[in-house]
Amino acid sequence: MSASSRSPSHPLGRWLGLLAFVTLAVLATLWFLGGTGLQGTTPEPSKPPPEDAATRIERGHYLARIGNCAFCHTARGGAEYAGGRAIATPFGSVLSSNITPDPVYGIGRWTADDFWRALHHGVSADGHPLYPAFPYTSYTRVSRADADALFAYLQSVPVATTPNQAHALRWPYSSELALRVWRALYFKPAAPVADAPSADTAPAERGAYLVDGLGHCMECHSARNALGARSSRPTGNVLPGSRWYAPSLGDAAGASVAAWSPDEVVALLKTGISARGNASGPMAEVVQHGTQYLQEADARAMAAHLRALPQTPVATAQKADASALPQAGAALYEQHCAECHGLQGEGHAGAYPALAGNRAVLQGQTNNLILTVLQGGFSASTAGNPRPYGMPPFKLALGDADMAALLTYVRGAWGNQASAVSEFDINKLR
Amino acid sequence: MLLMTPWYRTLLFLMAFCAQGLVSHAQAFEDSMAQRTMACTVCHGAQGRAGPDGYYPRLAGKPAGYLYNQLNNFRVGWRHYPLMQGLIDPLDDRYLREIATHFASLSVPYPPPRPSTASAAELERGRKLVKEGREDAGLPACMQCHGLEMMGVNPSTPGLLGLPADYINAQLGGWQTGQRRTASPDCMAQVARKLSAADISAVSHWLASQPVPPNAHPADKKPDSRSKVELNCASAP
Repeated sequence: MSASSRSPSHPLGRWLGLLAFVTLAVLATLWFLGGTGLQGTTPEPSKPPPEDAATRIERGHYLARIGNCAFCHTARGGAEYAGGRAIATPFGSVLSSNITPDPVYGIGRWTADDFWRALHHGVSADGHPLYPAFPYTSYTRVSRADADALFAYLQSVPVATTPNQAHALRWPYSSELALRVWRALYFKPAAPVADAPSADTAPAERGAYLVDGLGHCMECHSARNALGARSSRPTGNVLPGSRWYAPSLGDAAGASVAAWSPDEVVALLKTGISARGNASGPMAEVVQHGTQYLQEADARAMAAHLRALPQTPVATAQKADASALPQAGAALYEQHCAECHGLQGEGHAGAYPALAGNRAVLQGQTNNLILTVLQGGFSASTAGNPRPYGMPPFKLALGDADMAALLTYVRGAWGNQASAVSEFDINKLR
Repeated sequence: MLLMTPWYRTLLFLMAFCAQGLVSHAQAFEDSMAQRTMACTVCHGAQGRAGPDGYYPRLAGKPAGYLYNQLNNFRVGWRHYPLMQGLIDPLDDRYLREIATHFASLSVPYPPPRPSTASAAELERGRKLVKEGREDAGLPACMQCHGLEMMGVNPSTPGLLGLPADYINAQLGGWQTGQRRTASPDCMAQVARKLSAADISAVSHWLASQPVPPNAHPADKKPDSRSKVELNCASAP
């Protein structure tokens, strides 16, 4: 074997060497940049004046509820905040961690500074970067005072000795290098703030603070790029795992509330139902575990911010030929749907949504419509709507062809003008 | 020829029209638990009288505590059926109890049992296990907990009659493997693990072959125990 055949003077070898060097240099830079905040060198905001311990814990409990911390950090049937719920991502599952005060498996040995760095910088107490399935991309806006209150509350919840489970991510996304590169490209900590804006004196700022921060609304209601970072495209986002579609909050045909009254937005957030539509699918969970507990002033602040979001209509292929509606669909509608939703798709106020003119029915992205019919569902039971009406699942009653005919009919009848639904659309969600 | 006169045809038409009106009137919206729980009855049958295929058991008239426990067991992952879980997930405890109480309060006649496909010997084996158990193997009689009439005991022990053999078979199998569970100590799991596959088949067939006595409902208390086998049940203390 001759060493000269791999001589560095060979032109290709030189290019490869240079390429390798540049790649390593870039990765090293990204590794370094992606580690921002890992060493705790960034300046901390001044600590707010101390409040009474019981008051702080109570405030933390409220914040934990409206941030819906317990939902992700509790496994089905498991102890609250003991972690173990698999959060689906396009790259595999991230397993939520135990955030009870257990000193071994939880965050019992953490300090308030550690907790602040987790929320603000996305860094664990041991210095490792956290996966953004824990949405520190939003929580970075949480104030130091609110972080301290959350920490005080979490230190007060019952201890669970539940060990953390390893994430189930595919390579290369499972490597710390990949995570650091992602952070360098897509994560920038917000300017630290000591205190959150007040709902009384600065309602608009308060609304933005809750929607973009602890409420982490945009984590679902934003389009994402191929590496899972939020993109500037004005569309919504199909959620990995459940495959529900979180429509854009800036699209009148999506989830925009710009045309709603403040009362209607508050009703949706606090009760799960409104004259304009109901929260269903994952949004019903958000209402059930989170927004129903909003204080009135906070709900109003969020509504004000949501109503004022910039609007970018998303163009969708629409316009069905109303004369070509499937007769089979009309018959199936009368048989299965008309009893509750009315012969003209008019619905029944307070119980069953109208289907005529319902944007969840008309949306270009049909996942939510199809999943609703396949799986059925209830609105969340809330203080304002304690005994919701239910929609039966039709997964077993209707085959793909029948369901396609039915939904094509519903999307084209009574003045509705949305495109047809295909058997394939239904089959891939079944 | 009278039958074909125009006025008679008009009368027939009117009668048909009125009958249709009655049908659609019967389905008018009402603010009731039956209306609210239509998501349940589409599979479990009108008034929760059971689905047609044996996989969706009867809900009507079962003890309220038992029904609530099952709803909760689906919610926490001790019973498994994704459609059921998805429906229950957004509902709070108070509403789940109300749903359970609603179905428990319904008194709906039972259909006669389907003819059994089991042999006389198998049915006899089932009958003995249900009524006498197998004390020396630590197996109590089913009736010891589920009531002398086997219609359950309030508030939380279910009845065993009026269920298809396939359903009982599947549930006992689920208990053996841990696929179906309830709060610990889980007495039914202890019992099921002492049954052989042949025992389970025999018990399922015998129970499914029994007619439900008219006006049967859950008993108010367990029969006085004559058994040496002590069971500790968290879900039905």
